[in-house]
Amino acid sequence: MADVGVYLYGVAQDLSPDALRDLPGVAGAPVRTVADGGFAALVSTVDLEEFGETALRRNLESLQWLEATARAHHDVVDTVARAAPTAPVRIATVYRDDDRVRELLRERRDELTEVLGRVVGRVEWGVKAYGTPEAAQEPSGGDDAANDKPGMAYLRRRRLQQQSREEASRRLAEQAQEIHATLSEHAVASRQHPPQDPRLSGHEGTMILNVAYLLDEDRAETLAAAADELAARMPGVRIELTGPWPAYSFTELDASS
Amino acid sequence: MSVGEDVERAVAVRQDPRALPSERIALVDLLDRLLAGGVVIAGDVVISIAEIDLVRVSLRALITTVKEEYDDILPH
Repeated sequence: MADVGVYLYGVAQDLSPDALRDLPGVAGAPVRTVADGGFAALVSTVDLEEFGETALRRNLESLQWLEATARAHHDVVDTVARAAPTAPVRIATVYRDDDRVRELLRERRDELTEVLGRVVGRVEWGVKAYGTPEAAQEPSGGDDAANDKPGMAYLRRRRLQQQSREEASRRLAEQAQEIHATLSEHAVASRQHPPQDPRLSGHEGTMILNVAYLLDEDRAETLAAAADELAARMPGVRIELTGPWPAYSFTELDASS
Repeated sequence: MSVGEDVERAVAVRQDPRALPSERIALVDLLDRLLAGGVVIAGDVVISIAEIDLVRVSLRALITTVKEEYDDILPH
């Protein structure tokens, strides 16, 4: 390895060194820490032939590489977040050497303190809601148009279909709002993610909500119960929960509910 | 519980990354967080936000060719 860089996963506070034992990182590299003033930056030494700028441009477009790197990144952050408050860093953040990482810990001390203070004792839960295909089902238009000329009947049918589609999508939007409003009561902050591409996620129906909630750890059960209750009285809506996640979605300084 | 069955059908999936091996977490949920979340710091190797958006675009181009690889991790 001629040219190497330092890959940064995240920054933890008051981390016990045991938390890192034998943890494999990106590209199978061992994970270690660069410490400064109570902060521990989680890093791996990586080959710039794989993680240099040119290589990253190419590699980030390879789904296989992206998946392997994303899962390794997540495994490190997730493991450490269970042991200490952890601020994950966006994927593919690479430094020249340990000194530059230490510099970062000093320069961004206030920001890191604020982020870590926000996530301590808290976890992120993802909530996705879908309008099932049945929810968008068109009610029958009735046969009262039987006496119309064929062209008129067609137009009338089209208009009814259009109205019922609009009605269905308005209803789904209201349900999405109600779900979000109800679940927000259990969270200290929330962040909307864009709806997922069904070709990537494979989901059926229309994704009407893709939100991350930041919760006190002991509120997870009440959030799940609230989601169950909402789903039970919204027949055309399916709700999925994922979590607990490290607080990936709540590391921006302006993130709030 | 009388509503039990409905609830089970309505809340289809509840993943727990801590209860599941990481390979079972849907990649798409992970990428929501890893590409759009996390503290954004300029490393020495700079990949800008715009380029991260490009990743999403390239992902869309890729999915048709790699769809089969995903089938085992897709939520149903």
